[in-house]
Amino acid sequence: MAEPELRSPLAVRAAALAISGGVGALLIRALLVLPKDEAGLAPLVKANLDASGVKNPVTAVLLNFRGYDTMLEIAVLVLATIGVLSLTIAHSDKWPTVAEHAAPALSALARFLAPAMVLVSGYLLWAGEHAPGGAFQAGSVLGAAGILLALSGYARPAGMTGFALRAAITVGFIVFLAAAIGDMLIEGALLEYPADHAKTIMLAIEAWLTVSIAVILASLFISSASPVEELRRRIRGGR
Amino acid sequence: MTQADLYTVAGGVLFTIGLYGLITRPHLLYKVLALNVASGGVFMVFVGVARRVPGPAPDPLPHAMVLTGIVVTVSSTAYALALAKRIFTETGMATLDSADTMEGGEDAAE
Amino acid sequence: MPLSEWVGAQLPALVILVPLTAAPVAFLGVRLGRPVALVSALMSQPLAIALALEVAREGVLRYEIGGWGAPLGIDFVVDGLAATMILVTSVIGLLITVYASGYFTDQDRYRFFWPLWLFLWASLHALFLSGDAFNLYVCLELVSMSAVALVALTARREALVAAMRYMLAAILGSLFYLLGVALLYAAFGSLDMATLRGAIRPDVTGQAAFALMTVGLLLKTALFPLHFWLPPAHANAPSPVSAALSALVVKGSFYILIRLWIDVGSPSVAPGTAHLLGVLGSVAIVWGSIQALRQERLKMLVAYSTVAQIGYLFLLFPLVRAGGVAAADAWTGGVFHAVSHALAKSAMFLAAGTVLARLGHDRIEGVGGLSRRAPLTAMAFGLAGVTMMGLPPSGGFVAKWQMISASVLSGEWWWAVVIVAGGLLAAGYVFRVIGRFLGREEAGDREADTGRSPRTMEWTALALALGALVLGVAGQPLLDLIPIGAPALVAGIGVTP
Repeated sequence: MAEPELRSPLAVRAAALAISGGVGALLIRALLVLPKDEAGLAPLVKANLDASGVKNPVTAVLLNFRGYDTMLEIAVLVLATIGVLSLTIAHSDKWPTVAEHAAPALSALARFLAPAMVLVSGYLLWAGEHAPGGAFQAGSVLGAAGILLALSGYARPAGMTGFALRAAITVGFIVFLAAAIGDMLIEGALLEYPADHAKTIMLAIEAWLTVSIAVILASLFISSASPVEELRRRIRGGR
Repeated sequence: MTQADLYTVAGGVLFTIGLYGLITRPHLLYKVLALNVASGGVFMVFVGVARRVPGPAPDPLPHAMVLTGIVVTVSSTAYALALAKRIFTETGMATLDSADTMEGGEDAAE
Repeated sequence: MPLSEWVGAQLPALVILVPLTAAPVAFLGVRLGRPVALVSALMSQPLAIALALEVAREGVLRYEIGGWGAPLGIDFVVDGLAATMILVTSVIGLLITVYASGYFTDQDRYRFFWPLWLFLWASLHALFLSGDAFNLYVCLELVSMSAVALVALTARREALVAAMRYMLAAILGSLFYLLGVALLYAAFGSLDMATLRGAIRPDVTGQAAFALMTVGLLLKTALFPLHFWLPPAHANAPSPVSAALSALVVKGSFYILIRLWIDVGSPSVAPGTAHLLGVLGSVAIVWGSIQALRQERLKMLVAYSTVAQIGYLFLLFPLVRAGGVAAADAWTGGVFHAVSHALAKSAMFLAAGTVLARLGHDRIEGVGGLSRRAPLTAMAFGLAGVTMMGLPPSGGFVAKWQMISASVLSGEWWWAVVIVAGGLLAAGYVFRVIGRFLGREEAGDREADTGRSPRTMEWTALALALGALVLGVAGQPLLDLIPIGAPALVAGIGVTP
């Protein structure tokens, strides 16, 4: 089977150079003359930080002032996962095998790293309230731990099928939605947290988001990680 | 040129490189990576923009937007890679010409 | 607070939350997909109607998410245009849902259709209501992600490659848009569209931001010559998806484009650029129609017709610049065209899907005599064609009439010539199909026909086509709704200096 050409014909490259060069010139020219005195919304965020319930301004923006963006962004993540599942395990709920047995070096590394990663993830989640951190960072580290375990053969994701997986993927989004709807009933607007409980609600949302993000990232990796032959067999097998 | 300018301009250059790679590289893996380079450029522009406000603390808004953007990019990259791999599984090739190289099947409701 | 009052106050949130909640539920329960989608589709109808009535009664609504208020928070903004788009999406969405429940007979294999479709529906509503430039980026990504995943659903080779092409174009378009958002925020200090309207200046940054966002959105709207990804994606998707893509999804990015140009950026838009968009639109009309005439597959023909019909939308940009009555006519006519095209085009794709389900192919030469075997489907296609051609009494006629009137009033009569020529070309490709439907059966055509077309599939297509037709005679409420809260440029105040 012939490998595809890795380079395009000269005409395509010349056209691409003209297009990207033009766009780049326009962009960089605009970037160089950006006004130096525009404070943006930073003062407004600072003025309302106390009312937000958390001390880290980025978390306040992500979970409170613009929490709606974050809710939709989790929807994108869930959506992408459904899309990947529809391409990889549409005909059986079995997970692909990433590694049958643990390779010695990898296994030692995983045994050493995985517990530490769980700990770091917990710290990042907690730290997000007042310092850089939060659900995404925590979820990424936890998800990476999951991938490490799968690669070293410890985790057996093949056993994790069906409803449990789907529930883990969506739980963060569903908790976020439930909080948003609850606020409509209690406070009168979507995602308007009751002032006294804002911090607790945000932490609860973030904790569940961490779980979902970790499972999503790990399953995005694992469901595409198997060799092409296995993927082919898996897709054909169900028909 | 300030430090913030350095970031925004570097971001602009990265975006340009990504755009060029997306157009010129036929292999789907390269195309997805090129889009990632371009996304990285856009995020660097945001980071640079965040640094321009007076005072020690950067503007939190662009930082929040970058975090949202990263999650969106992770999602679309994961899906695009799964799609590229499925195309390779079906056709043995990973380019946008893959559909032309084989007999087309009939579309039918199933 | 009584329930009705609470629902009234929460309408903008509820029209998004119903499908957005239904989507994960449809994913969680393997067999829940279809019933949950139907319930969500039915619930959306009274909500969308109530929202439109509320706007008609009270004028523009603003809803402060999180209670913060823009520019710190994100606001929903519901004007006549937004309410119209929500209404159209809900009605078409319901009929597509009903059609899809008959179309996907292998419910297990296509179980991911339902959550993806509900996410797409929710994100379209979110997009139409958003008043925030960055939130619109997230909405755009939601729309694209769900649309691409739906195109790839059959996992046939052509569909996969078409989905990939679509995906790459969509991501690139989003990145261009996002860069523009970064520039706008850096230069003018806000993400709220209403705040930006007052702050924006036509300087280097403002113009670069506009140029980048416009290119990104044109790529997503598939305006000629950036339409390359659209025909394969729309033609190779499962037919209910094709209908949603052509009718609703391309309108999403177009919607942001008119918000930007006519609502936010009226001062910084150079007249030359508006005319350039009009010219590209005109070329799209002619080029798309000619390509449609040359297609061998029914769904490819319908997809190229979309490329052509998108062109009409872009005549809006030069026409509203005339100000006064011409601008008002152009605005209403352009939006009305988007609405009637949405109804007619979804009818066409659903009818084409029925043809495919019966024959197992959609080659135009092989559909001879279908009008006798599947009269409702042939009629749906024909009636939708009336709107596509812009003949009275259809909605397409009213829309084109308004746009022609705008071009005569503004003295730029050449746009009227393009509109009329486009109608004639549309007649060419519509009659090519109708002629086959009514024509003689070739040997073997009847044997190839499985006769499998549930009533729900035939009637939904016909209902949409009739809707497009009736819009021409009973469209007055919509014509009154569209201008509510329209941008100053359109409301007769003229171009702000």
